[in-house]
Amino acid sequence: MELYALTLHELADRLAKREITSRELTGSVLHRIEAVEENIQAYITLDPEGALKQAEEADRRLGEGETAPLLGIPLAIKDVLCTKGLRTTAGSKILEPFVPPYDATVIDRLKKSGAVILGKASMDEFAMGSSNENCPYTIPKNPWNRAHICGGSSGGSAAAVAADECIAALGSDTGGSIRQPASHCGVVGLKPTYGRVSRFGLLAYASSLDQIGPLTKDVTDAALMMNVIAGYDPRDSTSINLPVPDYTASLATDLKGIRVGIPREYFGEGLDPEVESAVHNAIKALQEAGAETVEISLPHTAYGVAAYYIIAPAEASSNLARYDGVKYGYRDHEPQSLLEMYRLTRSQGFGPEVKRRIIIGTYALSSGYYEAYYKKASQVRTLIIEDFLKAFQQCDLLISPVTPTPAWRLAEKSADPLSMYLSDVLTIPTNLAGLPGISVPCGFSRTGLPIGVQLQSSHFTEEKILQAAFALEQRLGIKNKKPQL
Amino acid sequence: MKITAEEVRYVARLARLELSPEEVSSTTEQLDRILSYVDKLNELNTEGVKPTTHALAINNAFREDEVRASLPQDEALANGPSHNREAFIVPRVI
Repeated sequence: MELYALTLHELADRLAKREITSRELTGSVLHRIEAVEENIQAYITLDPEGALKQAEEADRRLGEGETAPLLGIPLAIKDVLCTKGLRTTAGSKILEPFVPPYDATVIDRLKKSGAVILGKASMDEFAMGSSNENCPYTIPKNPWNRAHICGGSSGGSAAAVAADECIAALGSDTGGSIRQPASHCGVVGLKPTYGRVSRFGLLAYASSLDQIGPLTKDVTDAALMMNVIAGYDPRDSTSINLPVPDYTASLATDLKGIRVGIPREYFGEGLDPEVESAVHNAIKALQEAGAETVEISLPHTAYGVAAYYIIAPAEASSNLARYDGVKYGYRDHEPQSLLEMYRLTRSQGFGPEVKRRIIIGTYALSSGYYEAYYKKASQVRTLIIEDFLKAFQQCDLLISPVTPTPAWRLAEKSADPLSMYLSDVLTIPTNLAGLPGISVPCGFSRTGLPIGVQLQSSHFTEEKILQAAFALEQRLGIKNKKPQL
Repeated sequence: MKITAEEVRYVARLARLELSPEEVSSTTEQLDRILSYVDKLNELNTEGVKPTTHALAINNAFREDEVRASLPQDEALANGPSHNREAFIVPRVI
């Protein structure tokens, strides 16, 4: 098998044993990118020169006998994270010329661990979207069927992992943006507990919901990435000071004693029968691994989308106020006044979905509407959290579909924002509650489109979902299937 | 109508966005649908329910008020569309 097609853990092993060099590995992935990127369009910015230099540095460190979990491993980074000296756009024209003067904390951690950064992956603008179609740079195509979407907003990251255009990737998840594209592209995607991974250097969309996480070829790789990126950061005031376990130590195939909750509201009307059947298959696999299942109810599930599409735009309207043409990014150069500069810059720089959400958010927070919308949504958020807390008294983790249907066709939903929003119903509650969630491949539709299954657990218990995901992966035996490119 | 074109124009002004007449019209229509949908939240009785703004309760993440190294001035200015090496230049404010 080609080097680019192997998993992170397999490659880390070969690199450590000096069987291969990072230069060879990075070269292999760059060749792969050259061969398929025109058809996949996973990247906004590629940095082959920088990557090869980093690979050489990694080889030097390996030569000195250094060991580090990601030493020499080439990664793709969702373009929502600041990478020093490497253009970062958040998938928006408003940041087209922006070159960050600093690395995000997670990037700093990756670099210390010796990772090689290949480039910046495509995304929905400012992480707002579920199909990666809200991107003025590139719209990634699903490697399993290029007439279909990759999902979003971390669509580029998911596509790159699925197409072997990187060994692993980072994405961000605010309402499902790691888990949903992971599910649509047949890769593993993990959203950590809120506060588990530092948001310093993440271009913020909704500050109480955003989390950074890995997209990988298998569960072991996700655990390895988590070991590196998780941890307290004094520069993120929402970062939680708890020790980081070795997430690879919890991977097991025996789930005796584990109680898996099946939330009935996640299996309602609108769920594609093929998705339902694939998820039931996964439930059976967990039972065969020794887990006990229990019926659970999360009664406020159906209200999550409504609450989210007030809270997230409200927070975004505040976060995106900084894009004003003053300190960085695009500026309209003909303004007659300061106010006009703000208006023209923002109107020209932001795409339609971003403008839509800024307007919803501004409206929901404006005087006269704040109570009816933002406050109400925040109260419903409390009810959703209480549902989960009650559920976790009866079970260790929850299993459900990730998304009601497999990946839809390009342009199929782009004319109707609301129908796009409704497809996030199964992933949004996780973010509202700040819980960890993982999507792991569990099957395919009749037409060959990937289907993922979602596991959620209580705060700071990523070990539980990684453990069950690993057991599933081992039993389902589909992890080595690759798209034909 | 949950929202009028006039309100959309007003809110856009607050958000420092300029919308073309077509954009006002399509945004009004889309927002009307979205706001009608989120009305669903009124099916729930939230009397006495505390709003959640953060899923995890953290308070006062402070540090000692000591001067630490920050971004050097030239790096901080480097991305500025217009600057004079000391400050960002913008159209007259007053």
